[in-house]
Amino acid sequence: MSAKLKNTELPWWMSVVLVPLTQLVLALFVSSLVVLMVGEDPIKALKVLITGAVGTNEGLSYTLYYTTNLIFTGLAVAIAFHAGLFNIGGEGQAYLGGLGVALVCLSFDSVLPLPILFILVILSSALFGALWAFLPGFLQAQRGAHVVVTTIMFNYIAAALMNYLIVYKIGSGQASNETRYFAEDAVMPKFYQLFDGFENSLFNPTIFLALFSAFAVWYLLWRTRLGYAIRVVGFNQKAATYAGIPVKRIVVITMMISGALAGLMAVNEVYSAQNRLILSFTGGIGFIGIAVALMGRNHPLGIIFAAFLFGALLQGGTELQFEMQNLSRELILVIQGLVIFFTAALDQLLRGPLERWYSYRVMLQNNKLMAEA
Amino acid sequence: MLEQIWAALASWTTLDSGLRYATPLIFAAMAGLIAERSGTVDIGLEGKMLAGAFAGAAAASVTGSILLGVLAAMLIGMLLSLVHGLATIKYKGDHVISGLAINFFASGMTITLGHAWFKRGGQTPTLGDGQRFTDITLPFAETLKNNVPIFGDFYADVLSGQTLLVYLSFVVVFLVWWMLFKTTFGLRLRAVGEEPSAVDSAGISVAGMRYKALILTGILCGVGGAYFSMAQNAQFGREMTAGAGYIALAAVITGKWRPWGTLAACLLFGVLTALEGRMAVVQGVPTQVFTALPYIITVILLAGFIGKSIAPKAIGKPYVKER
Repeated sequence: MSAKLKNTELPWWMSVVLVPLTQLVLALFVSSLVVLMVGEDPIKALKVLITGAVGTNEGLSYTLYYTTNLIFTGLAVAIAFHAGLFNIGGEGQAYLGGLGVALVCLSFDSVLPLPILFILVILSSALFGALWAFLPGFLQAQRGAHVVVTTIMFNYIAAALMNYLIVYKIGSGQASNETRYFAEDAVMPKFYQLFDGFENSLFNPTIFLALFSAFAVWYLLWRTRLGYAIRVVGFNQKAATYAGIPVKRIVVITMMISGALAGLMAVNEVYSAQNRLILSFTGGIGFIGIAVALMGRNHPLGIIFAAFLFGALLQGGTELQFEMQNLSRELILVIQGLVIFFTAALDQLLRGPLERWYSYRVMLQNNKLMAEA
Repeated sequence: MLEQIWAALASWTTLDSGLRYATPLIFAAMAGLIAERSGTVDIGLEGKMLAGAFAGAAAASVTGSILLGVLAAMLIGMLLSLVHGLATIKYKGDHVISGLAINFFASGMTITLGHAWFKRGGQTPTLGDGQRFTDITLPFAETLKNNVPIFGDFYADVLSGQTLLVYLSFVVVFLVWWMLFKTTFGLRLRAVGEEPSAVDSAGISVAGMRYKALILTGILCGVGGAYFSMAQNAQFGREMTAGAGYIALAAVITGKWRPWGTLAACLLFGVLTALEGRMAVVQGVPTQVFTALPYIITVILLAGFIGKSIAPKAIGKPYVKER
């Protein structure tokens, strides 16, 4: 005799596999309507996307390089979400993280050996990202200024600040839009330089740092006191206050961890891939982190998969504009918007009926069990 | 240096262009005000304006008609607003996430369609004089400028010579104020944002009121967007709204969810933005300082240094009928 089932919750595979996948299909379906609208063949577009993203060794390694960036910014959004905070400032925090990397490298790249420099780069990028997130967090905690709006404002302020610094202060030469290259033996080598058989791409070992960060975030959230406090604050601030959790401090700390994770993206992009600080190097990766976190249901494991998915979209989208003349790279923004919409905003569209159907079925089964007994 | 800043700030030209920058903010902020007062957080103002800017310029250049352009902008704003309503009201989704999705969608969609339809890298064709809003010279501008000292200059250089939409934006503020505070509809609209259960027990549909509010929001966003591509410029360019939707939202909060306060915030941001262009002449201060200034001031205002602003009570919460 099978045990009596609870009728309120969906089994895990429905909740975290079936529903998100169906939502993804829905988003892609609406995207293909857009492709039809501009007079191109959606099946062909999908083929180009997939071939471009994972069909060749080169494509795949670029996809994984984008994935690395997105794991960082996705984790940044997710950890803030767990505290009930919506950090849209990943873009600016990652940008400042780039400043952290550049300042360390420009100062010490010919002085310090690679391992020490690498550690300094990690610390510095995380620190700069965390500092840029501190003020929005502080203003949210102390003054109730909503982080959604303040972090957006901080993105614009970061853009102006970095524009000034790169053009006038740390750029190479007069009015340059990038710094000088960091010394060749001071930067992280790329995979194709380390091993034979890798295609020439920006893919590099920083992906291990990203995977480690994902693990660290999981450990922090579900295995430590601080993580518990973060989740309680996100679940119910009043309850947290009554439980003696210092809500304001947790809000600021969470924002800083979030900013630090976003800042780490610069380790991949600035230190390891581009080897110099370029104007607007973040290129929207901070924003895509939001989609990654939502698609990954704010769980580090989900985020790794979602980061790969969006990494593939970024890489495949680049191919798209070369292969099909009526399509531009910005189609991936459309897909991104639709994915956010269907997986997060319109979650109940699928989940609601499914939950009702499931609990009805469970009820029938339980009734049968009771009748038998 | 301070003298230079003061001189730039106090000039009629700064006020004139400040008014121009403030106009789309006013439309979007009034849109946001209506949505938020009815209980819907709308971070998608930005996306709706961008879509409106594109639709307006595209329709005006294809049909050659200003009116059809503006109507197209309104329509697209309304459609996106209803999508937001579907997600937040019917399916009880998160308001911020839904708004953000709309922003992404609009940002990608405008460029994708523009690229495919007009083959100009996402831009629309340039609008001719009959297809866009042009400056209107108010009556007696010359006479007053020549005869009345200060007011004459103000009248001729700031008030006169704006496009129709600039004047319309002030009318809209008045209408929104009147609608919200002087009509039954407005009373109900504010009530669903504060205490939806009370409205429900009076036999009025909470969802219905929120949808109606969102329709108005979408229409106003559309016009605000059209201002960018049909008045300030003569074509659509990618990302041309450049965060105006977010600033408008900040203006609603700093204006404490009241029309006139919100208008004041919009005008302040407009003048600050105008300052950026004028400040290139100030020696010793990098222009980036002035680029960042509107955003910095926004943060300072949001941090509540002008007193606490309290959001509508039921904002962002889906309404679930009690049984």
